Amino acid sequence: MTNPTAAPQADPAPDSPRASFRAGVASLLPIVLGVVPFGLVAGAAAVEIGIGVQGAVGFSTIVFAGASQLAAIGLLGQDAPVAIAVMTALVINLRMLMYAASLAPHVGRWPLRRRLGGAYLLTDQAYAVAILRFREGTDPHPFAYYLGAGLTMWIPWQLSTIGGALVGATIPDSIPLGFAIPLMFIALLRPALTDRPAIAAAVASGAIAVVAAPLPANLGMPLAALAGIVTGVVVAERSTTSTAHGDPASDGDSP
Amino acid sequence: MTRVQAAWLTIALAGAGTYAIRVVLWLFADRAEQLPDRVRVALRMIPPAALAALVTPPLLRPGGALDPLSPELLAGLAAFAVAWFTKNVVATLLVGMVVVVALAQVL
Repeated sequence: MTNPTAAPQADPAPDSPRASFRAGVASLLPIVLGVVPFGLVAGAAAVEIGIGVQGAVGFSTIVFAGASQLAAIGLLGQDAPVAIAVMTALVINLRMLMYAASLAPHVGRWPLRRRLGGAYLLTDQAYAVAILRFREGTDPHPFAYYLGAGLTMWIPWQLSTIGGALVGATIPDSIPLGFAIPLMFIALLRPALTDRPAIAAAVASGAIAVVAAPLPANLGMPLAALAGIVTGVVVAERSTTSTAHGDPASDGDSP
Repeated sequence: MTRVQAAWLTIALAGAGTYAIRVVLWLFADRAEQLPDRVRVALRMIPPAALAALVTPPLLRPGGALDPLSPELLAGLAAFAVAWFTKNVVATLLVGMVVVVALAQVL
């Protein structure tokens, strides 16, 4: 990130690491609106079960994965065994294996220490913006972009966790803060709907996720995603083999 | 074990496990240059499939049970329409929140 020739106040050159970093910040910044309520809830939940601000911060810095934090905190609040809380959190976070796989072809050229550090910053939000950028393939400094997006997720997450832990109980019930979370995922989903196979993947996955939601430990989510991926691949292969429909999207690019 | 101790043990183990999930494929990412076509297509399907699976349950099962006419679903549809046509994150969030709060007063 160090660029000794750039003056601190000047706009960075468009192909500098700093410009890529700023682009990453800018792409994640609007999503922070959906992240802050999530962090408030995560912080408040930790205090409600009696593990204090320290426990809230411990979860948010060390685990740094909101849905799994909420699930683990809920289980600890019911005095469930640690093994159950841990396994539940890990099953919920299995989706990150998909994100890592999706990004893997793009991070292969990063030095190992960047991959080790960057992995810590992998979230739904950072993934959703980074994969769009990496696929464009025009950013000369993808790691700087990723770092900008990742830190723009990380900092508000920590601050909103602390905020929720400190003032959590005073948030009125009439404000459905938690609803900002699916709205955020709607906003992130839209740019991923690039073509017919992608839309088919989303429709199949979304439908199966509703049916499979009662499965324990959010297991329905990765199962639904997997079914969606298979559906998308099938649709993509149909559209390449049958040109009768005149679909020019041969390898799934935008029509 | 007190609840605080249980929490810190959970934090340590879930934190280590989550980091392992995040990093394991990236350790070998430098060998992922040549992937078969079908795998590349499958990787392209991950964003729409994964994100859609995070969207639909809170809209159609807002309280856990299937509810085909909840304020959440209607607000979600409104937000999706905004997202579809504008691709604007802030507008999507604001419209969704305003609609869900307004409908909660009415329904």
